[in-house]
Amino acid sequence: MTQVHNHEYDVVIVGAGGAGMRAAIESAPHAKTAVITKLYPTRSHTGAAQGGMAAALANVEEDSWEWHTFDTVKGGDYLVDQDAAEILAKEAIDAIIDLENMGLPFNRTPEGKIDQRRFGGHTRDHGKAPVRRACYAADRTGHMILQTLFQNCVKLGVEFHNEFYVLDLLLSEEKGQTRTSGVVAYELATGDIHVFHAKSVVFATGGFGKMFKTTSNAHTLTGDGVGIVWRKGLPLEDMEFFQFHPTGLAGLGILLTEGARGEGAILRNASGERFMERYAPTIKDLAPRDIISRCMVQEVAEGRGAGPEKDYVLLDCTHLGAEVLETKLPDITEFARTYLGVDPVHEPVPVMPTAHYAMGGIPTNTDAEVLKDNTTVIPGLYAAGECACVSVHGSNRLGTNSLLDINVFGKRAGRNAAAYALKAKHVALPKAPESDVLKLVETLRASNGSENVATLRKELQVEMDRNAQVFRTEESLKHAEDVIADLRARYANIGIHDRGQRFNTDLLEAIELGFLLDLAEVVVVSARNRKESRGGHMRDDFPDRNDADYMVHTMAYKADDSIRLDWKPVVITNYQPMERKY
Amino acid sequence: MSDIAEVQSFTVTFIIRRFNPETDTEPYWQDFDVQMYSTDRVLDALHKIKWDVDGTLSFRRSCAHGICGSDAMRINGRNRLACKTLIKDLDISKPVYVEAIKGLPLEKDLIVDMEPFFAAYREINPFLQTSAKPEKEHIQSPEQRARFDDTTKCILCAACTTSCPVFWTDGQYFGPAAIVNAHRFIFDSRDEEAQVRLDILNSKEGVWRCRTTFNCSEACPRGIEVTKAIAEVKQAVLRGVR
Repeated sequence: MTQVHNHEYDVVIVGAGGAGMRAAIESAPHAKTAVITKLYPTRSHTGAAQGGMAAALANVEEDSWEWHTFDTVKGGDYLVDQDAAEILAKEAIDAIIDLENMGLPFNRTPEGKIDQRRFGGHTRDHGKAPVRRACYAADRTGHMILQTLFQNCVKLGVEFHNEFYVLDLLLSEEKGQTRTSGVVAYELATGDIHVFHAKSVVFATGGFGKMFKTTSNAHTLTGDGVGIVWRKGLPLEDMEFFQFHPTGLAGLGILLTEGARGEGAILRNASGERFMERYAPTIKDLAPRDIISRCMVQEVAEGRGAGPEKDYVLLDCTHLGAEVLETKLPDITEFARTYLGVDPVHEPVPVMPTAHYAMGGIPTNTDAEVLKDNTTVIPGLYAAGECACVSVHGSNRLGTNSLLDINVFGKRAGRNAAAYALKAKHVALPKAPESDVLKLVETLRASNGSENVATLRKELQVEMDRNAQVFRTEESLKHAEDVIADLRARYANIGIHDRGQRFNTDLLEAIELGFLLDLAEVVVVSARNRKESRGGHMRDDFPDRNDADYMVHTMAYKADDSIRLDWKPVVITNYQPMERKY
Repeated sequence: MSDIAEVQSFTVTFIIRRFNPETDTEPYWQDFDVQMYSTDRVLDALHKIKWDVDGTLSFRRSCAHGICGSDAMRINGRNRLACKTLIKDLDISKPVYVEAIKGLPLEKDLIVDMEPFFAAYREINPFLQTSAKPEKEHIQSPEQRARFDDTTKCILCAACTTSCPVFWTDGQYFGPAAIVNAHRFIFDSRDEEAQVRLDILNSKEGVWRCRTTFNCSEACPRGIEVTKAIAEVKQAVLRGVR
């Protein structure tokens, strides 16, 4: 029998990756805070980030936060909100120092300062040459950030509810305002339901790369938080923009950091040609990810791919030498050895683009407050990290800016959530707040239809890879939309095996698939509607950027059985859109 | 690349130790025959079983490439991550045995209660403690940074601790992972509270319980020299940090 438990906090933070724990560190000393997380905190996918975190420290060469802002705006193909990008680049410096002071073991310069390396799209003086801006800890920077933030949560005695799966956000209307009163979670170990009554709620739930087959994302990245917000009728911004990281291990999608190219690795086609010289003559292999991924797919499509099937290109690290690989890139060296049997010291590594990062998500302002339309905030509701869209990444995120995003906007979310909780009262819980979650869980637990969750998920992933990946057309997106509609219909007829209460991961996967299907539809519908090519969204049938019609954010709303699309202006401060050349 | 492009699949028998506390009084072993490729991982086999045959099979996993530390389990009697154990590295002429890691309370199938493990970790003060208030970063030379590099790799998967015979018989022992994480701070030039951690680990359930069986070093999926780290902590208890 499912039990229902009640809790009361000032602040609840959903998700214990980088953004969630950074928020907790700000919030916990000031307000009664709980972190509710589907995974043990150290399992979060922040830990898989490798190459670095950008900040214009100028420790190894001249740099400025203004150049960093410009690179971020240009990297995002001008769909970046420039006020947010300025905050990101300015506060980056303190964010790095915060982490170091908390204990993060960055690599060091001979003088003992934090070392920095090159990364794609980060340049000196507005595109003149690559600049060393990425602070790093070997190629496990994300791991060290996740560990350091967890360590500091332990130090502060932050209260975690581990393996609690949040499934509902409680919203109510009060004096014409939408307000939140907390969240409802499903406890994986027992099957019990927990109602968390809170003044402030922070969503830091990560991305949804598992809608694609080839992805660097963890199995657990199923867009739960974004999906919950969507189901509550709140908008999602710029969902068509998904980043495909150039260097996933071919056939597997496991990430090989851009830091490899930052250290000098080179992409080559079958004939050994350094093909990026043709596409981005100035910064070559350090062009932003969207550009490199497109060039790789084009090389393969035009018959210049390597391997027996000519279906990948090669990442050549052989000239870097064993010492650089073992000390600065040890993890990716091991991944190539373990999973492909290829030793990067001696052979080039087969790579192809892999679904990596959602630029879009829950719209917020620069205080991390969630928006319910283009301008109105929901008091007490915050979002940060990959699940959110501030928008600092626009249509294409630069490498190292996501670890930065979680630290800058995670901190802002936590600080603002605590400040709000200290001055606000709890909003009354709705009647039977657990009822929707109970119904969802019990319906799926008892489901005995003929459709298999894993089969539907696989069909979704194959379809998204085939028709909504690096290159898209009206035809491919229409096909994907039809397939998703069919999968959603079949989802209503699934059956699961496990009827138990305890650690029912069968049920968990069924719920996760529901979120993936909802969000895949939003991605594809938003993509069909944007009849231009910009950043990570490349339309073969509309190959050019079209600022006259599309220099605007997409805002998608759930409307009964359809999706309503609207636009939101881009914030432009210093940089007028220009042609994007590297 | 050519030798792994081979597409031949074969049948592998997995014998998995099952336990559902809602229906079973005792754990039991169950066989599954699975079609596998040589480059598949044990995690792929578990997924094939769960997704195609028996949805009740329960295990933790997330990143699937050895970074998140979710899927430590006992595979043919050795603690390993299921996502880092390739079929080609196992002897598949015999069945492959898979069971939960030992020494922590069994919850269901391959899932154990990790809380005692994290409790030991929390006890060694796993966070930087310093009175210094630098204007920017602390200064630390590359050599000082290198001193504790190995132990910063820990992903808290518990493969080491639950491979330790001392931990199996005495769950109060801090265990290798907690000592590894203490080492990470004891030898960090920025930290000022090494002695507190050394005192904690000089206690009855501390480093002296280690019998140097090297199981932990063999089990570590991150290649950390765990036994060496424990030995260095023992030295530091006796002679101070060097």
